[in-house]
Amino acid sequence: MKSCLVVDDSKVIRMVARRILEGLSFEVIEAVDGKDALDRCLETMPDAVLLDWNMPIMSGIEFLRELRKTDGGDAPVVVFCTTENDMEHIREAMEAGANEYIMKPFDSDILEAKFTQVGLI
Amino acid sequence: MNDAEFALLAKILKDRSGLILGDNKTYLLESRLVPVAKKHDLTDLEGLVAAVKNRPSENLLFDITEAMTTNESFFFRDNTPFDTFKEHTLPSLLESCASRKHIRIWSAACSTGQEAYSLAMILKENAAKLAGWRIEIVGTDLSPKVLEKAKAGVYSQFEVQRGLPVQYLVKYFSQVNELWQIDASIRAMVSFRPGNLLEDFKSMGAFDVVFCRNVLIYFERDTKSEVLARISNQMPDQGVLFLGGAETVLGVSDEFKPIPGQRGVYMIDR
Repeated sequence: MKSCLVVDDSKVIRMVARRILEGLSFEVIEAVDGKDALDRCLETMPDAVLLDWNMPIMSGIEFLRELRKTDGGDAPVVVFCTTENDMEHIREAMEAGANEYIMKPFDSDILEAKFTQVGLI
Repeated sequence: MNDAEFALLAKILKDRSGLILGDNKTYLLESRLVPVAKKHDLTDLEGLVAAVKNRPSENLLFDITEAMTTNESFFFRDNTPFDTFKEHTLPSLLESCASRKHIRIWSAACSTGQEAYSLAMILKENAAKLAGWRIEIVGTDLSPKVLEKAKAGVYSQFEVQRGLPVQYLVKYFSQVNELWQIDASIRAMVSFRPGNLLEDFKSMGAFDVVFCRNVLIYFERDTKSEVLARISNQMPDQGVLFLGGAETVLGVSDEFKPIPGQRGVYMIDR
């Protein structure tokens, strides 16, 4: 079973993502911000990260840059999932090492399609 | 809606598009035809059925058919056919068409154009191999409404997230307010025109590759056979046909045979 770290400061979004991902047979771990996510990755690298952009303490993009510098941090497939839906943010995310990008609002079809594209399903 | 009314509307659809409406599709009729009734100043679905029974206008019949045949489409739908096209079909076309350096591809029943544009993006990614080649992608659909959208190449945020890799979004799209438009360089590779698979399409010329996916499934067996026979007449000996995952030529057509190892892909068998 593949693991996915869901990083979002919204409990509702984490719950929705968890429900969809568990339906796709992922083991789901949750983190409430970038710092929390980084700590969890240092414990065990997940196979995938579903990542919000705007969060307190450490943003998604800051987390991603730190993750990619960490030993083994190039392995997780990172899919942004954010309300930042403009080309500038998408380019910035890709340059920082994101593998895919979901613009909120999202549904199970979009999440499944994106995870399929990056080979997680 | 009673059985006779359902049968009447289903017959209109079949006669004009070849599509068969299953008995369990009453909800589809209701959800899609209520807006048509309103457009024609008819009170409700019963009013629409009454108008159909009483010397209906061509416009009304056209709108009913269009509303019922507008199917969803998305970029790189099902992935595998596009991988097959990239990894197998394109390399063999580069060999078989080397003398004329000209490839023609038909996206039949193209809806809002995502299939045709997906192929165009694959070809654009292979531009180096295709330098000096003339590539034509033709998309046809019987609905002018979807063709208008296809030509504009403008899609919602939802549509560009279903199947389209973000790398292609960044590379080949521009953001226009809340919407996303595919670049002129990709739009220029594709032409869209009206086309009904039930009607003669000889004038469209020959096609090396035909994508006719998720269309035949809605046709009766005889219609499938007839359409496949006419498609095969438009293809050279090395022509390649892509059907949908739930479709096959087996038992329906003698003009095509499966390509081993390539699911849903068929070659001419003359």
